[in-house]
Amino acid sequence: MRLSRRSLLGSAAGLGAAAALTVPARAQQPAIKVGVLTDMSGPYQDLAGPGSIAATQLVASEFMAANPGARVEIVSADHQNKADIAAGTARQWFDRDGVDVIIDLSNSAVALAVSGIGREKNKAVIATGAATSDISGRACNANTVHWVYDTYMLAKSTGGAMVKAGGDSWFFLTADYAFGHALERDVSDFVRNAGGRIVGSVKTPFPGTTDFSSFLIQAQASRAKVLGLANAGTDTINCIKQAKEFGVSNSMKVAGLLVFLSDVHALGLDVCQGLILSESFYWDQNDRTRAFSSRYSPRMQGKRPSMVQAGNYACVLHYLKAAKEMGYAQAKADGAAAIAMMKKLPADDDCFGPGIIREDGRKIHPSYLYEVKKPSESEGAYDYYKTLASTPAEEAFRPLSAGVCSLVKT
Amino acid sequence: MMMILGIPAPLLFGQLLLGVVNGAFYALMSLGLAIIFGMLNIVNFAHGALFMLGAFTAWGLLNYAGIGYWWALLLAPLIVGAFGVLLERLFISKLYKLDHLYGLLLTFGLALILEGLVRNYYGSSGLPYRIPSQLQGAQNLGFMIMPNYRGWVVLAAIVMCVITWLVIEKTSIGAKLRAATENAPLVQSFGINVPLMITLTYGAGVALAAFAGVLAAPIYSVNPNMGANFIIVVFAVVVIGGMGSILGSIVTGFGLGIVEGLTRVFYPEGSATVIFVVMVIVLLARPAGLFGRAH
Repeated sequence: MRLSRRSLLGSAAGLGAAAALTVPARAQQPAIKVGVLTDMSGPYQDLAGPGSIAATQLVASEFMAANPGARVEIVSADHQNKADIAAGTARQWFDRDGVDVIIDLSNSAVALAVSGIGREKNKAVIATGAATSDISGRACNANTVHWVYDTYMLAKSTGGAMVKAGGDSWFFLTADYAFGHALERDVSDFVRNAGGRIVGSVKTPFPGTTDFSSFLIQAQASRAKVLGLANAGTDTINCIKQAKEFGVSNSMKVAGLLVFLSDVHALGLDVCQGLILSESFYWDQNDRTRAFSSRYSPRMQGKRPSMVQAGNYACVLHYLKAAKEMGYAQAKADGAAAIAMMKKLPADDDCFGPGIIREDGRKIHPSYLYEVKKPSESEGAYDYYKTLASTPAEEAFRPLSAGVCSLVKT
Repeated sequence: MMMILGIPAPLLFGQLLLGVVNGAFYALMSLGLAIIFGMLNIVNFAHGALFMLGAFTAWGLLNYAGIGYWWALLLAPLIVGAFGVLLERLFISKLYKLDHLYGLLLTFGLALILEGLVRNYYGSSGLPYRIPSQLQGAQNLGFMIMPNYRGWVVLAAIVMCVITWLVIEKTSIGAKLRAATENAPLVQSFGINVPLMITLTYGAGVALAAFAGVLAAPIYSVNPNMGANFIIVVFAVVVIGGMGSILGSIVTGFGLGIVEGLTRVFYPEGSATVIFVVMVIVLLARPAGLFGRAH
């Protein structure tokens, strides 16, 4: 962690020196300090973690190269998926270390805790890895932006589209805690609204379930057309692996309600083929995402970015543009003003294309429904998805009127 | 359709069979633990991490050396077992004279270090490992689809349990080992190298964990935490069976697999807890466990 920071400081100093040689009279700008608070040792390490830091370093070096005189520093820490540890780190960063904006927050509980601290200290918080739609709903505040995805987006894209494609009866395997219940509830609403029905669901103990075969047999016996996996990480991986083993994926369509590129990579196409999932970023989506990905990959031993890692690149770029617009010193002094400027400026980056941040803090952009390719269709590592459908930005997320964010005046 | 307690009979039979499959893993894992505790008096908390190392070794053999599943089934236990011997010589052997608690703390620390190292190099979302081609496919039993590989797991586990039990109960090595547990100085005075025997016993217990790890690799995610999820349940199995009882851990392993399978039909939310409920009841009624002898 210290190393990356030091090397960045080094490169920043180098850039500064180069600028000083050519433009001797340029005034030194105050440095913007970005804190990447991510999962470095737990289940979300591969979808965020070191890749999130690499993406942030990439955007910092690109921004400094494009804007001589601008200075960006990065610090990072492991939130360990514990809200209390994350809160402690956030307070230290804001109070003692001069951090201006905290990003990533790849755990809903962590994101909600840090969002509150950002509000209290008037700093900026951008959640890219968290799922709960409460961040731009009942827990929204003027210092926080929610980028990338949320439970509403996943439920609408996957749930709605599957019913349209004929998957009108569902059986859920649900991780038995708040996140799983919320995801099942949201997807169920979309399925019912689209004319489908819920045949049954099993709440699987969390954590501590490694064998899902009993539950999968129950799902199979229900004769539902779709198996909805309202869980995440290793649970999802084990479910998909065992669904294939017991032939469940032959008789039912498996819908992963929260699956990342790194999960598909871990499972292999042999097991994952035919899986339906939703994301808001896929590295091979268009020329701009491919361009971003080819700049990112060399920093991560050839790995392709997940949507969370891409989100960190995009949100830091937009934050830095806003800070430049209003003046770096002003952005450092007033987090709410920096967030307000981010909402005012239209966003545009290689990962998510053009988009805006709504007054409730929700960044909107299109979402995509993907099907995992068969091994015969894939041209190599990370060539995993084919696009089935896309939802335009305005419809992909919960409408402003339906949220309960206090920032939205009705 | 025939119904038993409001559940369609085919579904119930399917769950019973799956219970046996899971029980096979519990039995194999708790067998290694029981041997180590019975002979060394060490509560080996590193067992889950060594199980995980077995799975990773199988993955590494395939991806770095092109060695497939069947050889891995032999080589991974040997490699991890040798690593276990090293651990025993370097660390665990220093603790035999101390209280159980020290062994527990040491092995728990070792488990955390091993898991952390693997996580650092291979990430946390796991690695793919395919079912060997000979065991792919499934049999339609009428009431459920039974994957061939799961059948193989049960078979391999039973064979391994029987072999281990025979070695310890029916051979002269086993007899010496049991004697050394009762009274080490006396056995040593007959010219038998007791420390060496203990070291090899630990290695053998570890090899059993690695063997279970290779068996698990194709069906569970090969990830650094795969052992941590298992180890708590397996400890409960050992406690219920009677600490150190070989037969106890085998019978209890399979039995609890079935109890857990049935709970998953009747009350899924409780399936992670049911084993511990059984443990509490057994400890209240028979503090030494079902097959244990009170000291």
